[in-house]
Amino acid sequence: MLDLTYDTPKPKVIAGAKHDWELVIGMEVHAQVSSNAKLFSGASTQFGAEPNSNVAFVDAAMPGMLPVINEYCVEQAVRTGLGLNAQIHLYSAFDRKNYFYPDLPQGYQISQLYHPIVGEGEILVEMGPGLARKVRVERIHLEQDAGKSIHDMDPAMSFVDLNRTGVALMEIVSRPDIRGPEEAAAYITKLRQILRYLGTCDGNMQNGNLRADVNVSICLPGAYERYQETQDFSHLGTRCEIKNMNSMRFIQQAIDVEARRQIAIVEGGGRVDQETRLYDPDKGETRSMRSKEEAHDYRYFPCPDLLPLEIEQAWIDDIAANLPELPDAKKVRFMDDFGLTDYDASVLTADTADAAFFEEVAGQSGDGKLAANWVINELFGRLKKEDHDISENPVSPSQLADIIKLIKSGDISGKIAKDLFEIVYTEGGDPARIVEARSMKQVTDTGAIEAAVDEIIAANPAQVEKAKNNPKLAGWFVGQVMKATGGKANPKAVNEIVTQKLSA
Amino acid sequence: MSIDENTAARVAKLARIKVEDNALPALAAEFNTILGFIEQLNEVDVEGVAPMTSVTPQRLKRRVDDVTDGGQQDKVLSNAPDAREGFFAVPKVVE
Repeated sequence: MLDLTYDTPKPKVIAGAKHDWELVIGMEVHAQVSSNAKLFSGASTQFGAEPNSNVAFVDAAMPGMLPVINEYCVEQAVRTGLGLNAQIHLYSAFDRKNYFYPDLPQGYQISQLYHPIVGEGEILVEMGPGLARKVRVERIHLEQDAGKSIHDMDPAMSFVDLNRTGVALMEIVSRPDIRGPEEAAAYITKLRQILRYLGTCDGNMQNGNLRADVNVSICLPGAYERYQETQDFSHLGTRCEIKNMNSMRFIQQAIDVEARRQIAIVEGGGRVDQETRLYDPDKGETRSMRSKEEAHDYRYFPCPDLLPLEIEQAWIDDIAANLPELPDAKKVRFMDDFGLTDYDASVLTADTADAAFFEEVAGQSGDGKLAANWVINELFGRLKKEDHDISENPVSPSQLADIIKLIKSGDISGKIAKDLFEIVYTEGGDPARIVEARSMKQVTDTGAIEAAVDEIIAANPAQVEKAKNNPKLAGWFVGQVMKATGGKANPKAVNEIVTQKLSA
Repeated sequence: MSIDENTAARVAKLARIKVEDNALPALAAEFNTILGFIEQLNEVDVEGVAPMTSVTPQRLKRRVDDVTDGGQQDKVLSNAPDAREGFFAVPKVVE
């Protein structure tokens, strides 16, 4: 286990008309399992296909068709559980959750209510250097996704596409350990990061591959601590569930808006009803989903089409032995091995592809700190300018490492290095050869610099006189020399020689 | 536990089965007969007995993660009362 010491952040407090109120938040995150085929059929999971083309008869709930579980989806759920330090259950089972909706042809969703595959785990959510919230995960279960309804193609009809029907989801359920909108967003960010490291979910929120139901309640200061001591929910307020959020920004807005709604109700002497609500970002309000309430009786029962899912400890051990290095461990290692700051290490480990690129550059250049600066400031800055991410990066690790090596050897100045980087970024090529071909090499030959200084001094007698009374003017000479040498003179050497010649 | 007419009506609604009001008393009575039988089963002491999920010892059958199905839009839609541009078309359902 990593030794991570941290302080706990303060909960978000919202001032009501009468009291201060604290927020208590729990999340149910639906993460689409990365797999080729669906949870119980051999149809493809690929996004954006022709409507109803990735559909097997079992997905369409044709009579007599039986589900057969995709073992890789089970493996992915186990891997996710291990990545969250969670208990893996050797015995789990599938249940039917019954409701009617046009995008659910079976009339039930196959889920795991009574015996989920993964039990209790935890996620460390950083809120700043040395500041983190440990959020407990209650369970992870496997279930089927529903299809997609499109309501805006026809005024009187809804159109249904079953391509997503039956794709495997992991529902990751947290305890109510999240204490504010920012923590909620940070929790999703961290969970998404871990899932991407593990390769169990691509985390694409835009495509709906990661979405969250957010449970929000309010309580008076002190009540939450009593809940934590006793695990007795009666210390907390009545919660409302905001459904189906797939934007970090809207999650934060919705929590804030919902908490303020509840505060107004309670301070006005009313009672919060436990219900499912929907956030409307245009109106900035949450509203009740009454239709959902009526159908809330899901009449769960064990799915008679599927035997219990029994897995072996040796199989779990094998998956555990092949887990990749996870974000917390990688961050600590980057700080220890390369001397990076907490902030730089966080930035570089945010995504596994970023981290891998940095490590290559650091290894090849032999300078972790310089590599971190160049990757974060120059490379990420340049990529961001074009709205690109690391997968679209035209610079290879060895090219960037070569640029850093040229700086370290004194062959080029930091300023020239930026020009060189731009050339490598836009045109490509071998950095050392570019430096030779375009004579970008730094002039460290003092004779040559001296000659350039002499020339400037000889050409500007008036400035020389002024500089003798005002040493600050030496900077002007340095600038002239740098200009005359096309920025290639070693600035430190130029400084020394100018100072020495002017005072002579 | 006893099922009254209101509960019977609710269960019918959840199951999307149309039951006329005058048929509800008989339906409730049938439910009660079934539940009575279950209650009788509940009298059996099954302490320490694992639930039987299969008559013969079997392991849940698994499939590998290969795409082996799909690409049959026409067949999937062939029983649909209405389909347009590859979609099932149903009466408007909006939250």
